[in-house]
Order: sequence, then structure tokens, then C-alpha cells
Amino acid sequence: MQTLHKFANPARFVRMSSALLPWMAGLSAVLIVVGLYLGFFVAPADYQQGESMRIMFVHVPSAWMSMFIYSGMAIASATGLIWKHPVADLMAKASAPVGAGFTFATLASGSLWGQPMWGTWWVWDARLTSYLILFFLYIGYMALWEAFDDPQRAGKAAAILALVGAVNVPIIKFSVDWWNTLHQPASVMKMDGPAIHASMLVPLLTMALGFTAFYIAVVIVRTQREIMARKVRTLRMAQVNQ
Amino acid sequence: MSEFFHMGGYAAFVWPSFGITAAVMIAIVIDSWRGFVRERDTLEKLQSQRAKRKAP
Amino acid sequence: MNRFFSLVRRDVSLAFRQGSASTMVVMFFVLTVTLFPLGVGPEANILQRISSGVLWVAAMLASMLSLDRLFQADFEDGSLDLLTLGSLPLEVTVLAKCLAHWLTTGLPLIIIAPVLGVLLHLEPSGFVTLMITMLLGTPTLSLIGAIGAALTVGVRRGGVLLSLLVIPLYIPVLIFGVGAIDAAIGGLTERPHLLVLGAMLLGSVALCPWAAAAALKLNLE
Repeated sequence: MQTLHKFANPARFVRMSSALLPWMAGLSAVLIVVGLYLGFFVAPADYQQGESMRIMFVHVPSAWMSMFIYSGMAIASATGLIWKHPVADLMAKASAPVGAGFTFATLASGSLWGQPMWGTWWVWDARLTSYLILFFLYIGYMALWEAFDDPQRAGKAAAILALVGAVNVPIIKFSVDWWNTLHQPASVMKMDGPAIHASMLVPLLTMALGFTAFYIAVVIVRTQREIMARKVRTLRMAQVNQ
Repeated sequence: MSEFFHMGGYAAFVWPSFGITAAVMIAIVIDSWRGFVRERDTLEKLQSQRAKRKAP
Repeated sequence: MNRFFSLVRRDVSLAFRQGSASTMVVMFFVLTVTLFPLGVGPEANILQRISSGVLWVAAMLASMLSLDRLFQADFEDGSLDLLTLGSLPLEVTVLAKCLAHWLTTGLPLIIIAPVLGVLLHLEPSGFVTLMITMLLGTPTLSLIGAIGAALTVGVRRGGVLLSLLVIPLYIPVLIFGVGAIDAAIGGLTERPHLLVLGAMLLGSVALCPWAAAAALKLNLE
């Protein structure tokens, strides 16, 4: 709780996050480069899927990030609603485009992986379908932020939507899985393939950590931008009132 | 080297997926940084205007 | 309790006075369903295969059509402010409004759905399940929709935004609604689907008024 209140002060948030930013940016660059090296040169090609398996090293971390960022948004929204934490709403807002971007990357790389594995660009596979719906949830969230003139009100409305969405995500996941087992298309090759070997798991985790550091760095920049935008707003209002 | 780029015949799928992911991440970075610089400049301009008006 | 029902009665009678909203919703449902045979062709076996899905999708869209009016009229003329000041908690008010919305849109859809089922050559064994799924599913749609309607009540051109927010949340209802009908037609047991639909209804009765009331409060500030 104590640390939370430290971050609640926007000025202090800016100070602390600015100190963190170069570390996160550097860490993300290093981890992604190492992850790419391990993924392309150390990890062996899959005996079944061949080199196409390497798509996994961007597809799976992106998918993890899509879910992770949505949960982060929901937690930030709850913090904003319950403790009236001024930076939390802005962090949630700052996260949404990043999450939407990663969801899009998941769908695109999944589709590119699906073409050689399934023989078509798109399969209504349970996982791809849930990520498509998650993408729509992100879009709706961002659209709701844009719909209000008053950022305070927009923040609260968006926070409610994020929480409603967070309650729904597991239900949607469950129902899409159910739907998929009913409509299992014939001769679908599972993406899982064989159990993951360490030579694949290490680059996968490295990439995932690199993406997480990337997300933290980007959210710091975007949240600071939102804090400044709010200051600009108050200054403009003060000018008008003079 | 060309064998590496060939990706065992899957080049048309492997490289675009890495490319799209990279493009998305670079776009996010550019958008975030541009927005940051824009807000910072407006804020500085407004604050210096305020300071000037208070000074005389 | 009395105040609850008087609120429901007021909303229902208002809906009927405003150029009978129910007729519009039912007409929209019928027209959308009519488009499908024209779009995919009149072959009975294709229509039979897609009938359950078409009926559910069209019913979903139709019930969404009138959602933007759920709080809008009361918001504009200020009676929503009065309702929040009244003795009834806002959550209960929302529940009453959802019930009224369901009575004026969900219920007419359920009545007309079997007729459209005949037009789409729905298997005879699916009709009872169709009615039950709609009975369980359409109130859930009204309740989830209330959250979207409450969030967008003060927003210009909120209608399109509303559908963007609400459609992803409707997906589970659609999946289990259609799943139950298909299970019944396929000779499988539809009971698990119906139980899930019932659970979703109970869950939304408990949670949706709460979220919608919070959204209304922030828009009334």
C-alpha cells in the first residue's frame, strides 16, 4: 500500500519511472537480440514442422503479452476505481494500444503459421478465435476512451469496461473452447506439437521477458505523455478562465 | 547464408511473421515517442507563456 | 417491490407509446432472417443447417437495436436524475429497466422466433430448445447490454460504440444458445448448454446492474 501511494503522486511517478526507463529499454533490446539469436541459431528445427516452428518465438510471446497486458489494464482500472489513484487510469489507457498491437501481431503470426501447418490462412481454432475477440475488446476499450471529452469521466467509464471485460475474458475463453470442440474441423494439426524442449523453451522465455521489458518501457513513456497531456489541459483551461 | 534465409522452404511465412511483429513494436515506439515529444513541447510552451505573463 | 413494478410498468407503457418499439424490433428480426435465404440460396438443407445460428444472431442484433434508448430518453429529460434520488437503489432501478427492456424486446422475439424457424426449415426437434434458450438467453442480453447502454449514455453517436462494446460480451450467450439447439437436433443432451445459459443469466442478474449503475452514476455527475 505504501509503495502504491508513492506512485499515486504523478510527479513522483515521473521521477521514479524516468529512472527505470533506460534500464527497461536496454534490457528489452538485449533480451530480444539474445532471444532472436537463440531462436534462429541455437534452437533446432522441429522434426515435424521444420523451420516454420521458429514463428513460435514471436507468436507465443505476443500471445502471452496480449493476455498479460489486458490483466494489467484490469488491475490498473480496479486500482483507479477503488483508490481513486490518478496515475492508474492513465497507465491503463497507455497500455491499451500496446496490448492491441501485440494481439494483432499474435493474430498475424498465427495466421502465417497456420498457412503451412493447416493449409489455410485462417482456421476458427479456439485459440485464434479467443484472441480475435480479445482484439475487439481492446478496440472497444480504446474507442470508449475517445468518446468522452472529459478525461476524468472517460477514465472511469473505461475502467468499468475493463473490469467487465476482465470478468468476461475467462467466460469467453471457456465458451470458445466448448464451441471449438463441438465444431472440431477435420484433420487439424495441433500447434502444440511435441512437448517443448529446453532448446526451444529458453529462447521462448528470453523473448517473452524481452517483450515484457519492452511493454514496461513503452508504458512509462506513454503514461508520462498522458500526465503531461493532463497538465496541458489544466493550463489551457486556466488560460481561458483568465 | 542463403540457406538461413530460405528457412527450409518456409521463408514466406517465417520472415513476414517476424516482420509484422517488429513493425508493430516499432510503430508503438514511434507513436509513443512522438506523442511524448509533442506533449512535452506544448507543456513547455504553455509554461513559458505563463511565466512571461506573470513577470511584468 | 411495489416501486420496482411501477417503474417496470412505466417503462413498458412508455415503450408502447413511443411508436411501439416492439414492432420495430420484431420487424428488424424478421427482415434480417429473410435476408439469409436470399443471400445463401433457398436450398432447404443449407438453411436447416444454419437456421439455429441465424435465428440467434438475428435475435442478438435485434435486441441490441433498442439498447441505446434504454437510459437515453430518461437521461435527456432528467428523469434519470430523479430516479437516482428516489428511495430505490440505482442498481434496482437498472434491474427494473432491464426487465422492461426484455418485456418489450426479448419476449416478442421469443414469440416470433418459432415462425421464423419454420421459414428456415429448423428441425422439428429443435423448436422447444429454441424457445428455452431464448427464454434464458435474451434476458442475459438485456442485462449485459445495460452496461454498454449506461457507459455510452452521455456520448454523442453512442449507438455504434455501444454495439462495439457489447457484441464481444454477447458471444458466450450466442455459443451456448446455438449449441443447445444443435445438441437437441443432433440427438444429444442439451442440458449442459441450458445449465450454462442459466448460470450466465444468474451471474448477470447479480453483476450487471451493479456495473451499469456505477456507469450511470459517473455519467450523471
